[in-house]
Amino acid sequence: MTTTTAPRGLTRRQLLSRATAAGAFVCGAGFVAGRDAAWATEMTAMTPESFATLVQMARDIYPHDRIPDANYVTAVKGYDTPEEADATEAGIAALDRRATDLKGSRYLDIGWERDRAEVLRSMADDAFFEKIRAGLVTGLYNQKAVWPIFGYEGESYSQGGYIDRGFDDIAWL
Amino acid sequence: MPAPFDLSDDSVVVIIGTGAGGGVLANELAQKGIGVVALEAGGRYLPEDYVNDEWESFGQLAWLDPRTTSGDWRVAKDFSGLPAWIVKAVGGTTTHWAGASLRFQPHEWKAATTYGALEGANLLDWPIDDKELAPWYARAEEKMKVTRTGGRAGLPGSNNYKVFETGAKALGYEEVHTGRMAINSDWYDDRPPCQQTGFCFQGCKWGAKWSTAYTDIPAGEATGNLEVREKAHVLRIEHGPDGKANGVVYAAEDGTEHKQMARIVCVAGNSIESPRLLLNSASSIYPEGMANSSGQVGRNYMRHLTGSVYGIFDKPVKMWRGTTMAGVVQDEARHDPSRGFVGGFELETLSLGLPFMAAFLDPGAWGREFTTALDSYENMAGMWIVGEDMPQESNRVTLSDTKDQFGMPVANVHYSDHQNDRAMRDYAYKVGMAMYDAVGATRTLPTPPYPSTHNLGTNRMSANPQDGVVNKWGQTHDIANLFVSDGSQFTTGAAENPTLTIVALAIRQADHIAGAMSKNEV
Repeated sequence: MTTTTAPRGLTRRQLLSRATAAGAFVCGAGFVAGRDAAWATEMTAMTPESFATLVQMARDIYPHDRIPDANYVTAVKGYDTPEEADATEAGIAALDRRATDLKGSRYLDIGWERDRAEVLRSMADDAFFEKIRAGLVTGLYNQKAVWPIFGYEGESYSQGGYIDRGFDDIAWL
Repeated sequence: MPAPFDLSDDSVVVIIGTGAGGGVLANELAQKGIGVVALEAGGRYLPEDYVNDEWESFGQLAWLDPRTTSGDWRVAKDFSGLPAWIVKAVGGTTTHWAGASLRFQPHEWKAATTYGALEGANLLDWPIDDKELAPWYARAEEKMKVTRTGGRAGLPGSNNYKVFETGAKALGYEEVHTGRMAINSDWYDDRPPCQQTGFCFQGCKWGAKWSTAYTDIPAGEATGNLEVREKAHVLRIEHGPDGKANGVVYAAEDGTEHKQMARIVCVAGNSIESPRLLLNSASSIYPEGMANSSGQVGRNYMRHLTGSVYGIFDKPVKMWRGTTMAGVVQDEARHDPSRGFVGGFELETLSLGLPFMAAFLDPGAWGREFTTALDSYENMAGMWIVGEDMPQESNRVTLSDTKDQFGMPVANVHYSDHQNDRAMRDYAYKVGMAMYDAVGATRTLPTPPYPSTHNLGTNRMSANPQDGVVNKWGQTHDIANLFVSDGSQFTTGAAENPTLTIVALAIRQADHIAGAMSKNEV
């Protein structure tokens, strides 16, 4: 996938002018960027609108306020391929229909996570929801970049384990 | 120096599988001068190959060939193609195991007598007892350099252990320590002491944890009497017109089939693959599968009660640092029906890394309830419940309609909890949560069982040939030169992690087989 620190061809001001209610900006012309301009990604097969909705859906399934959007983008970028795009677009379309039925607007325009989660709960037995959720278990949590956010230290053998690095350093008991 | 044996050499003992049962048996026989061909479905990975990364290691070591599931256990819903987390590699699941090495308690050899009749439970006393196995346990502990046995020191306590111990003592538990572990607490056999690295489940990169992959197997190979054939996936056992096993057909890495002739065949593929192999070896003489005149092959599948409890605190624990399972509370392992169930359970420290915690904490869960728990990962402590589950005839391994890469029916693993299992798990959750509450936990998480690592009982040992598949030596009741050498022999599961008992039985079986061979009984 491609993430860059600033989307090409648009200034931060231009980005802000295209703000939508939640999550990502759709920057038109085949790419999508984060609200804070911290990430942007070119679209291969999905529409930018649908991909932005998918990123928001991913965050609403596994909401971690300290994980930036870029990691959710990484987690779902695999659906933006010629093989996956049609099914994913169909799933997002169904999500927007359900959002409209229950909340009167498309998914991305629902302001509160609580209300978006209600939409997701109503679809939790659908194959599309389960596919996205299950994919996130590895797609999100197996990104080494998110581990420090949880304090997890990962590999330790190359540093000699923890025998001299605090395996028993708990001090509050 | 691996000993090359000819396929037509019918003087050898063929052992299927190289884990705790097969790997030990192979070495013990080789040490006695007996020619052994060990067939291992997986490849050979050694400490330098292991990786400190949960998913990458899982891809390297786990048995990922297809299996199917049924029954009311949650694993069948959440991990329908993965009933067990066990290993396909030289060394088998001794690469993955955590090292906990506890002897059975004396009464656990006599579960039927001790617990009495329990509706739905197919309980049976083992045909051996505590006194019979004691010297073999001692030899197993010496081989594996088990801590707190043979004068060896215990391991030091990690952060996770200290939280666990504090909670246990606050509740008045007395048998609380850092375990009897087959993980070196000092230099033994040119293997270093534990370096508190974590990642015990991913293969010990120091070789501090005992595994047949780098102990018994190379020791056996050094005698010149043991040949280990890697990536040799056994398809079936064959027999002659006299009904005795005469060899084993396997697929080599290139897919070609070979038959290794044998004087004796020992099955040690674990409690899922071993019964599958016997069932897949059906013939005109044995239409229900080999060694299955009792109809018990595949039945009485046990997996230990299991379950985990995680506690979240207001300050860091960093449970992933240090030896994963070096901590045990043994007070609840006793048989005390006043608690509302028969048998007992051990509580042992446990930690998963963040990737596996996300996968196993509450499979299928999502939303804030789930993610706020993970947000506190650094402040979590964890423990595992290992309790005796009831053998049930209907919990069983059968042949599935699904076929594997060689066209052979795969194993279907069917499991439903017995009422006793549910009662014990509920009680264990309560005491586990109380332990963490006593240390000031702000939240506790009673976590469902993972895919099974303790797979037991599907070729069980019985005094009476009608009640089980093998006799007290692991020799099948039906076929004198066909043995079972893994945890599928277990008549009942007891509350303890099974590896030490599997190793003790394998050392004992090697003695018996060598004696029987020298007397020309087999």
